[in-house]
Amino acid sequence: MRVWRVALLVAGKDLRIERRSRVVTNQIVPFAAVTMVMFAFALDADVVLQRVAPGLVWLATLFSMLVLVQRAYAIETDDGGLDALRVAGVDPAALFLGKALALAVQLAVLEVILLGTAVVLYGAEIRLEGGVLLVTTLITATCGLAVVGTLYGGLAAGFRGRETLLPLLVLPVVAPVLIGATRAVESALGTAGAVVSEGWPWVGLLTVFAVAFGVGGTLAFGPLIDE
Amino acid sequence: MTETQTPPGATTGPDRSRRPGTGTTATRVLGILALVAVAWLVAFGLGFSPADRDQEESVRILYVHVPTIWVAYVAFVVTAICSGLYMFTKNHALGFDRAAGASAEIGVLFVALTLVVGALWGRLTWGVFWQWDARLTTTALLFVTYIGYLAVRRLGGSHHQRARRSAVIGMLAVLLIPLVHWSVRLWRSLHQEATVLRTDGQVKMDGLMLFSLFVGVVAFALIYVWLMLHRTRVMALEDALDDHGLEAALAARRAEGEN
Repeated sequence: MRVWRVALLVAGKDLRIERRSRVVTNQIVPFAAVTMVMFAFALDADVVLQRVAPGLVWLATLFSMLVLVQRAYAIETDDGGLDALRVAGVDPAALFLGKALALAVQLAVLEVILLGTAVVLYGAEIRLEGGVLLVTTLITATCGLAVVGTLYGGLAAGFRGRETLLPLLVLPVVAPVLIGATRAVESALGTAGAVVSEGWPWVGLLTVFAVAFGVGGTLAFGPLIDE
Repeated sequence: MTETQTPPGATTGPDRSRRPGTGTTATRVLGILALVAVAWLVAFGLGFSPADRDQEESVRILYVHVPTIWVAYVAFVVTAICSGLYMFTKNHALGFDRAAGASAEIGVLFVALTLVVGALWGRLTWGVFWQWDARLTTTALLFVTYIGYLAVRRLGGSHHQRARRSAVIGMLAVLLIPLVHWSVRLWRSLHQEATVLRTDGQVKMDGLMLFSLFVGVVAFALIYVWLMLHRTRVMALEDALDDHGLEAALAARRAEGEN
């Protein structure tokens, strides 16, 4: 599959840039951590925090994702990288999948760190029987967020006002992911007595979301960036 | 429809008797029909139709609340269809893009009306303005999604860039609506059951109330068509002004160079 090989190259390039620039480790992870501390200030009560921990993890992920997406396209548009890739004959579908993959990897790392923060700061407990559900939820939700982020990021890339437009576009779209992933993680962690089996329909929703926007994004990305 | 026709009213020729504007005989007739329908709606909604057994007089809000959301749904479907027509037809006519944009604007207006009127109704019947119920939440997200769509239309660039970007968003939004609805349904489900659009074909409503609702649908549908016609024409004028403005500026610079 040529498309996937190119996609992997694009993803590798994005991740290499991130590793060298260290923006994710030096700025975005600390930003996410500060958000988690701020939530604790806003909801001043230990019991409440434990109850809402899964939702706060996903909210912090969403906010950080907005920053990550801006960043992913800032590195392209600053030097006309996106145009160069298109001129070099890179298939837009491969470009989309590659960038989404790189974003997914960064998001996954961020989610694990945020979940760890929730355990330490909010007293959330990870239990063994919910392990499979937790990992599946993280993977499907990350895929859904990554494809939406990449698609709408590409749309807003290169225009004045993209910093303010992106949250308006992305947040309503990822509302199903926020709902689904929060409920699924609550089931996995057993928050407020939730049972593991309650979480699986949500994983179904997350999967449908990821597939729908994955396919839609792969098809629509070409016309979007081809200007 | 990619023509650069002189839009109605934009002529500066000898025909000075016509006032500049987007009105034509058709839209004037339609406007009068819409006004008559609204008068009818006021008569039936506030006068002839009976009060509800449980909700009493507050039920009259229904005649605005329900028609506006139905017309808004139709408006968003029109946006999606026009977006598709723009993308998948060979000559990529900007007319379809303008129709999609105008329809989305009116859709957003009507959803806003539904939400405001619904919040007032909620205060009267449930005691609160807002409930985190499935249909309310879905509608709120629908509203925000199309505000996003309208923001995308104002990003800038050439007309065809605008058309291509907004067409993609217009079609993706339709993909999003069932997903949002499904997730929110799973999440919460206080809003009364649908009374008219029921799957079993039984309509649970008093005849006169149903007729008043029908009058409401006709009135708002006419308003929608009337606004659509005017808005697409204004958009065509705006586009023409953009094109013309650039040419005029270039000509002015050239003239400066010659002097």
